[in-house]
Parts: sequence; C-alpha cells; structure tokens
Amino acid sequence: MSRARARSRVRTARVVEGVMRLVTGAAAASVVMAAFGLLGYLLYRGAPSISLNFLTQIPGLGGIFPAIVGTFWLVVGTAAFSLPIGISAGIYLSEYAPRGTRTRIIRLSIANMAGVPSIVYGLFGLAVFVMFFGFKVSILSGSLTLACLTLPVIITTTEEALRQVPQDLRQASLALGATRWRTIYRVVLPAAAPGIVTGSILGLSRAAGETAPVLFTAVFFSAPLPTSPFDKVMALPYHIFIMATQPNHPQPAIVWGSALVLVAGVSIVNIVAATWRSRARRKVTW
Amino acid sequence: MAIAREKEGHVVTTQIQGAFELKDVSVSYGKETAVAGVRMSIDAHSVTALIGPSGCGKSTLLRCLNRMNDEIGGVRVGGTILLDGEDIYSGDVDPVELRSRVGQVFQRPNPFPMSVYDNVAYGPRTFGMKDRAELDAVVEESLRRAALWEEVGGKLKKHAFELSGGQQQRLCIARALATKPEVLLMDEPASALDPISSQQIEDTIAELKSDVTIVIVTHNMQQAARISDRTAFMLRESMDRPAGLVEIGDTRTMFTKPNDPRTEAYITGRFG
Repeated sequence: MSRARARSRVRTARVVEGVMRLVTGAAAASVVMAAFGLLGYLLYRGAPSISLNFLTQIPGLGGIFPAIVGTFWLVVGTAAFSLPIGISAGIYLSEYAPRGTRTRIIRLSIANMAGVPSIVYGLFGLAVFVMFFGFKVSILSGSLTLACLTLPVIITTTEEALRQVPQDLRQASLALGATRWRTIYRVVLPAAAPGIVTGSILGLSRAAGETAPVLFTAVFFSAPLPTSPFDKVMALPYHIFIMATQPNHPQPAIVWGSALVLVAGVSIVNIVAATWRSRARRKVTW
Repeated sequence: MAIAREKEGHVVTTQIQGAFELKDVSVSYGKETAVAGVRMSIDAHSVTALIGPSGCGKSTLLRCLNRMNDEIGGVRVGGTILLDGEDIYSGDVDPVELRSRVGQVFQRPNPFPMSVYDNVAYGPRTFGMKDRAELDAVVEESLRRAALWEEVGGKLKKHAFELSGGQQQRLCIARALATKPEVLLMDEPASALDPISSQQIEDTIAELKSDVTIVIVTHNMQQAARISDRTAFMLRESMDRPAGLVEIGDTRTMFTKPNDPRTEAYITGRFG
C-alpha cells in the first residue's frame, strides 16, 4: 500500500471515529435527559401532594396508606414465591443442567414466559389462582401471578451471575473434596450474590409497578387494610389508574402523589441494594 | 506417616504412602481417545514431573489421579490406577474422599473470594472440623508448610485477593495441604508467576516432598530437571492417534542419556 493511500485511510478512520463518538454520546445523553426529565416532572407534580396525612390516612381522609400497604404485601408475597424458585432454577441451569434437549426446552420456556404480555398473566392468574384454586381475589392470588411474571427475570439474571464466577473456583473446591452442592453454596453463590441481588431487585421492582397482573387477581378500588393473605387489597399502580380515569372527578394531585410514592419506594430499595453491592464487589474482582 | 482409618467397623492403622501404580491407563472424551496405554509407577515421597509438548495429555493424565475428570461430562477412564494398592476407580472409593487424600494445585492461583484463614480452613471444614483451636492449628501448620506463614501469619483476616500472585499460589498450596493429603498434584503451578515467586514455589516443593508425594506437570524443562526425582515424558505423535507415555525414568538419566531418541529430541529442544 502506498503511503498516500495509507494516509487517506487514516484520515477517513479518524472522521468515522469522531462521528461515532458523537452519535453514541448523543444517544447516551438523551437517555440521561429522559430519565431526569421523567423524575423531575414526577417530583414537580407529585411533591406538593406528599404530606403525613397523604401517607398515613385512608382515601376517605385524603390518604393512600392502604394502597402502600397493599403494594408492600404484594411485593413481599411475590418475593416469597419467586426468589426461592427463580434462584433455584438459575442454579440448576448454570450448575447442574446437562447440555441437551431437556435443557433447551427449559430455556425456551423461560424465554416464552418473558415474552408474555402482563395482561395475559392477569387472565391466567384469574383462571388458575382465583378460580381454579379458589384463592379468590387476594394478596395470595396476586402474589402468585406477579411471581410468574417475575420468574424469568430472576432465573436469567441468577444464571448469568453464576456463569460469571470463574470455573477455577469450582475446580478448586471440588479438588478439596467438597461436593457439588457445598461448592455452590460456599463458593459460587457468595461470589455471585451481588449479581443475583441485582436481578432479584430488578424483577421485584417491576412487580411492584405492574397493574395488569393484579387487576383481576388481587386489587379492589377501595379496600380496608388486609388482615390475611386471602384479603383483597388496594395497590399503588391500580390506585393511580383508577384515580386518573375517573370521568367526572379526575384527581391529578392524588395520581402524581401516588406515582411519586411508588417510584420513591422502589428507588429506596434499589439504592440500598446498590450500596450493599458496591461494598460486596469491592472485595470480589477477577 | 501413619493414619487411623475406620474400615468395616474396625479401626485399621495403615502406613500412609501415597504411591501410584498406573496400569494401561487410557482417557477418552466421547468417541475420541486422548491418552492410551500409560503404564507407570509414581514413588511415594518423591517428585515426579510429567513433561511433553502441549496436547500430550499430561494434564489429562494428572486429573485422573484425583478423579477430577469425573467432573467433565463424557470422560471415560480405562485401565487401573492404584493408590497404595487400592483401585481408586472401584465402586468402594468415593471421589470426594479420594480428593482429600490427593490434593491439587492449579495453573493459575485460584484462591476463594474470602479471607486467608477461611481459604485454608475450607478443606478441613468440608470434612466437618469445627473446633476453633483445632482449625487454628491446621491453618498455621498448612501455611508454614507452604512457606507463607512468615508473610501472612499476622493478617489471617486479610482478603485472599489482596495477596500477590505468588503468595496466592502458596496460599492455594496451603489450602490443599490442610486436608493432609498423601499426594499433591500440581498442574504447571508456577507458569503464571514471576521468576522469584516461581523460585519460592520450587523451594516449597522441595520442602514438601519429605512427607507428600508430588506429581507436577510442567512445560519448563529446567524446572523439571531442578525439582523432580523422576521424569515422565509424554507425547502425541499424530492427531489421529492418542497420546501416550514415551518413557519414565530417573530425572538425571532422562536429561542426560534417555533411552528413547524422541525424549532426547524433545529435551534438547529439537521440537515442542
């Protein structure tokens, strides 16, 4: 190649380099703007509604306390079902599953579960948990439905986190006479814990904000505080939906206030998890 | 070293040796035979080096000795491997128990993401040791034997990842020693280390062989010549034939006047 041609190629490459930096940078900046715009507007509209009264009273007295409690219990219920099953399934796929048709079927099922629209989960929950099992419209039915929706996220992120743990560590543990399970429990899981926690929180955050799956399975427009898992509850996303679609008396203050409470709640959990994670990660680097 | 072992209700005291006898050993992955026809004996309380070019089956053969090949799906080991006269592939031998007798140190230092203490205590705890004083004693003894006590004795709570590469590898040796193995398998233990750390590992090996049998795979022929008592040369002559053992002998003889012309060609650097 002649020197002149080489020089012109270098020049072109430099231009492409500059353009790509600009394009990708602009895309990243627009994400930042969208995120801050959304949160900023939410804060602007929602903050004036927030008061002690709003957070602790029943709707009749201008509060949303039962909806907060309802969402809390739905998320706890969802976690109770989806974390053990999801993390165990992730462990199976990463640590035990042989390569073959059976494993392919499992993976295909998970991918399909992730692709099902949330309203379809709502219908499924209504047919199976509410009617077939007779759990009625309740926290239990809603939690089980949300757990189905959350499972694929938890399974996939658990599997991914486990796969990132170097094979060397498993070998070392097995070579010391540890069984597979001890190796997983004492070495692999602790090393993968930050990733697993991230995935779990991500899945549960999504569950907290879903409306469609709980629509037919757990919520009611106005319900008292639940006293058992078989009670129907109010929930923040559904409360937002109802309040925003009142034909005659729209309640923007309650809608934006509830939305802010929902986002703030999820964010607090996320921040706590992220703090813990960065402390755990500081020790674990490969 | 003598050890009391319970067998069929009786406590039998056996002399622990750590000598291997390999008879016609072969390893196949699925349909392909990787290693075949290996016959050799590995003397107790000595260092045996496995040398040969890449892909000659040294590491594969090494992993037969603690049945780590069992962990890879589709691997079949043929022939007989006796450890102190006992067939380690017979139904009575539990690979988990075998691995407490035959430890392994890997190519890259692979400490667990936990403290120095917990790393060394991992093996004994696996076999149910809970007593703190007992664990403390094992941890100290193992670190001393791995020549690491001087450096880390005062900071056992330190995270293993904060140690240097050479220290990490000696920690892995200490970890393997903590289950009191008769044999230590080492798969190129110094290849990822700088020359000084490598030297320390070699010194440690020299110390250890008085009470542990060591089988070491190495690419470094000077290392094999320096540290081993016996050397086995393995070779895979073509891709459509399995690898095998060319010869095994006293290290000095192997490096000065080997029997087989292929060994001579390899050690004088004509190939590989």
